[in-house]
Amino acid sequence: MPAAGVVLIIAVLLIVLALVYYLVSTIFALRQITSGLDEAITGVGGIIEKSAPVADVVKDINANLDAGVDLLEGLLVKKAGLVDSVGRVEGLYPGAAAEGLRNFPDSKTVKPPRISEVYTKGTLTLARLGREAPIAVASPAGPVLRNVEGGSLDARSLYPEARQTRPEKLARSPIIGTGAPVQYPPSEQRGGTTPDEAEIREKGEWAETAAEGIVPAELGGSDAPPDMLADDPQLGSSALGETTGSDEPATESGIDPSGGDEADATSDGGPESPEEGVEPDLKDAGSPPRQVDTDDRS
Amino acid sequence: MTLWWIGDVLLIVVVLPVVVYLLKGVLDAARSIVPSVDRIAAAAQAGSRDLDAVPLLLTTQAQVKQTVEVVAGYGGSLDVIVDDAEEE
Repeated sequence: MPAAGVVLIIAVLLIVLALVYYLVSTIFALRQITSGLDEAITGVGGIIEKSAPVADVVKDINANLDAGVDLLEGLLVKKAGLVDSVGRVEGLYPGAAAEGLRNFPDSKTVKPPRISEVYTKGTLTLARLGREAPIAVASPAGPVLRNVEGGSLDARSLYPEARQTRPEKLARSPIIGTGAPVQYPPSEQRGGTTPDEAEIREKGEWAETAAEGIVPAELGGSDAPPDMLADDPQLGSSALGETTGSDEPATESGIDPSGGDEADATSDGGPESPEEGVEPDLKDAGSPPRQVDTDDRS
Repeated sequence: MTLWWIGDVLLIVVVLPVVVYLLKGVLDAARSIVPSVDRIAAAAQAGSRDLDAVPLLLTTQAQVKQTVEVVAGYGGSLDVIVDDAEEE
């Protein structure tokens, strides 16, 4: 066989080997593709089967929700009016008023009033219902406004946080007493003695107020200059009295504080005791003697 | 004899590379499809699993219906006890 024939045979064999290799590899790849497509078709079949009833169910859900929206929109407009309704929607969902209410085309042209989170009219209506509605009385859980204090705090929290958080630098109430920035001389004092430091310590801070007096003369107190007083003051010094300026008792015997310790309500007051040996009636317990009886006795 | 050699050379230099090139192209294309199909199959199965919750829509449907009924009853009560807005 000539050399050229041998080379030809070898070339043909190489071509056949290449064909076999690549075609067999292609067959394996196509089988893998077929297997994958089978899995994909199974999955898609499941999707189709499972999603078949979705459309009807969703349509029914949407129909029910539409009915609810229609109901609530109608109720809102009926009770609050179209303008307030649009304002309320705008207050809760800024920008929503531009779309208007679905069943009220005119609402798109309404200029929404500025209604914040708290709708005063609605709050008042609910408060009125809480007090007056028969259901509030018959509710087994108690009145509608069960916790007035808590309810008030809840409502307050809806407003801006300027007051209820009570910042430290919030203006304080006016100061009275010896520590007050404005001091008034005790030019007016009626009755009793001017409390000194020992008495203030003993009685407490409230006694300081008495030390300052009641009405300063420069503000028109009863000891103010005559031109500041009325022509005929209703209460002069003779009626109001004045302090003695001394701690000496006003009477010879003075006040005996031990008298209170010896007081006996069972002997010094109460109703007339029944005769000896008679059982007292319960209805007479605690009732004082009549004024006429006391006057007659004296 | 010279023609034999020319044929051999053409077979080895031209025909064999062309055959190999074409077959390799087919094989590469077939192999490139395999991962894509595998991903499609996985996605389809995952989608099918996701739709396992579809029957819950029936529960949602019933609950929405009940909710709307309650809202309707509540709205009806409000309609009775709350005054209508004053006509402007």
